[in-house]
Amino acid sequence: MYNEKVCGIIFSNTHDNIITELTANRTLGSVPFGGRYRLIDFPLSNMVRSGISRVGVITKYNYQSLIDHLGSGREWDLSRKMGGLHILPPFGNTAHDGIYRGKLEALHGALAFLSHSNCKYVVMSDCNIISNMDYTPLVEYHIQKGADITLMYKNVNVSEEQARASTLLKVDHTGRVGEVMIAPKTEGVNNLCLDVYVVAKDLLIDLIREATAKGEFDFDRSVLQGKSDSLKIYGYSYDGFVEDIYTMQSYYQANMDLLNPEARKVLFPADRPVYTKIRDEVPVKYGIDAIAKNSLIADGCIIEGDVENCILFRGVIVKAGAKVKNSIIMQGTVIGSKCEVNHVIADKNVVFNDYRVVTGTIDYPVYLAKNSRV
Amino acid sequence: MFNKKECVAMLLAGGQGSRLYVLTQHMAKPAVPFGGKYRIIDFPLSNCVNSGIDTVGVLTQYQPLVLNEYLGNGQPWDLDRIHGGVHVLPPYQSALGAQWYKGTANAIYQNIPFVDRYDPEYVLILSGDHIYKMDYDKMLSFHKEKKADCTIAVLQVPMEEASRFGIMTADENGTIVDFEEKPKEPKSDLASMGVYIFSWKKLKQYLIDDENNVDSSKDFGKNIIPAMLGANEKMVAYPFEGYWKDVGTLDSLWEANMDLLNPNVPLELYDPNWKIYSRNPVMPPHYISAVANVQNSMVTEGCSVYGTVDFSVLFAGVTIEEGAVVRDSIIMPGAVIKKNSIVEYAIIGEDVVVEENVVIGERPEMIDDKSQWGIAVVGPDVTVSTGTVIKPKQMVAGNI
Repeated sequence: MYNEKVCGIIFSNTHDNIITELTANRTLGSVPFGGRYRLIDFPLSNMVRSGISRVGVITKYNYQSLIDHLGSGREWDLSRKMGGLHILPPFGNTAHDGIYRGKLEALHGALAFLSHSNCKYVVMSDCNIISNMDYTPLVEYHIQKGADITLMYKNVNVSEEQARASTLLKVDHTGRVGEVMIAPKTEGVNNLCLDVYVVAKDLLIDLIREATAKGEFDFDRSVLQGKSDSLKIYGYSYDGFVEDIYTMQSYYQANMDLLNPEARKVLFPADRPVYTKIRDEVPVKYGIDAIAKNSLIADGCIIEGDVENCILFRGVIVKAGAKVKNSIIMQGTVIGSKCEVNHVIADKNVVFNDYRVVTGTIDYPVYLAKNSRV
Repeated sequence: MFNKKECVAMLLAGGQGSRLYVLTQHMAKPAVPFGGKYRIIDFPLSNCVNSGIDTVGVLTQYQPLVLNEYLGNGQPWDLDRIHGGVHVLPPYQSALGAQWYKGTANAIYQNIPFVDRYDPEYVLILSGDHIYKMDYDKMLSFHKEKKADCTIAVLQVPMEEASRFGIMTADENGTIVDFEEKPKEPKSDLASMGVYIFSWKKLKQYLIDDENNVDSSKDFGKNIIPAMLGANEKMVAYPFEGYWKDVGTLDSLWEANMDLLNPNVPLELYDPNWKIYSRNPVMPPHYISAVANVQNSMVTEGCSVYGTVDFSVLFAGVTIEEGAVVRDSIIMPGAVIKKNSIVEYAIIGEDVVVEENVVIGERPEMIDDKSQWGIAVVGPDVTVSTGTVIKPKQMVAGNI
């Protein structure tokens, strides 16, 4: 099995700037999603399920919540003697200390992780794409094409806003990537780069060293654009389900999409579980007047009021007479009795005192920061 | 040589639990699912960890497969320790031959070498068939304070139920003066909870003596306790107040699950300082559909509810389809209740498939002859075919 020869790298901080409210105190990778997950759970579980058992997680700043979430990696089956989870802090390398400006510079801090690994290939992923996919066919395709770098993309309708936060690819009929468009002003059906790459480890190390020598730091610009002639860069088309987080609105919508049974079926199939931190919460208790409709509810919640079209994270309390609709309520938030909450994203441990009314709109949900009091 | 441990817990988990019938056909009683995401053994194990006891021997004999797999290395209970931790102790072959555990006392007797490795002052004896939260450390302090040889946790029970338990009579200082196992005419209402602390040196001697007594049935309640009482050892009753329930019968298992839904029952699972740990399933949050009605119930991760659920406990990964009605029932992990089926006053085992238009159980008020009423039970992995009617009190072990 070639799987023994693949290791993984996850960039926990790229795209932090796309949802600044949620990343004020955390990495994009530790942004809560879907009731009990963090965004990093998806690429990390994908790697584990694809047989990748050595994963480095690159961090930049605000990574305390990420370290708290990942711990030893046990819940992802990555607490290993051979391989396992490695959190790579930004100040981990004397040759290049500090806050990196781009992926290539960040990878410089991962050189030791890479050179100590006996893997032949490296799969790299960001945390903004939510999917339940197997990376095995991607790596097979990479080997079969004799590619230097293979990018995963999805042919999909892209909005102007989404394009502005993404990399789009032109791919010819042989699968070779031509033009690489970084944050272009366009819209319509395009090849959206899913920010998942495969590259041979030795080549990656060479690219990192070369970039360091030249003072380059941006992987997409210096490598994908700058070396498109000298390197064989291929595109691998993925046609499965993905959610792309590129704005607060898309974050809200991606959560709400989980209320669709078809989306849950492809994102959480029984034989391809998504791993996450265990908190030993009690099952949800529904009270005597509870009304719950079309909602996804994690353990530890106590529901005594009305909940409709909501995603409730672990340990949320909805008191009697409260009406919560079309909202994402994160861990530990308490909604007092007779409150009315509609189109709201409440971060962790928000307290709504009794009789509070907070209403956003479908295209502009109200965001309440962690620990706020209403 | 291992470091010394002050107190080692020995958890008796080898019993068949025959009064749970189909539910324990392929698993030991302590492994029976309870309370949505737990198994019975989670309660004594979590109590141990929360009480600061980090060395637990789990004595297994009957159908240990599910239990062994569930316990694993003890990590979910924080019992994966460098020194101590949880150890599964099945009967084993020795130079003198091989023998099964012949009784609760014999099971501990056979594991004297295990206990001795930790050289403890005290041994806590527990059983794997009770639901309760208890700080064993307080009981141990009591045992030390009283300079007792044996401390037995006791609970006040209604006098009319006393004949179902081991009954203690204690004097004003809490010293036990009399003990009777399931007496016909109980002299007291202090029932043994099956939780004992012994000073290990003392217990070890009584276990050895009991082993040599051919007439003994090698049982704590029947032999060891009476022998120690007869020899005037210092035995004290430790009064426990709080929720405690033996879940050894189908009715009591059902009742204990229903107790979780009753706000007046003092069993608080949400206490962050006394969490009940379990091996968590890896499943997404549960989904309640737009056409579902869920009230007065417990629902856990992996469930999908499209029907009506009232006064029920749904375990991990249960599906209730549209039009199905589940009332006053417990639905164990992975079970599916299909369209328009009605389940009332029932226990549905793990991975059961109830096809459409099935009727299982009935409310007691619908039946005139109360002797004909009881909890309906469907054993694990059974498929109940379309249109089947399963009566109250009926138990189904195979596909029907």
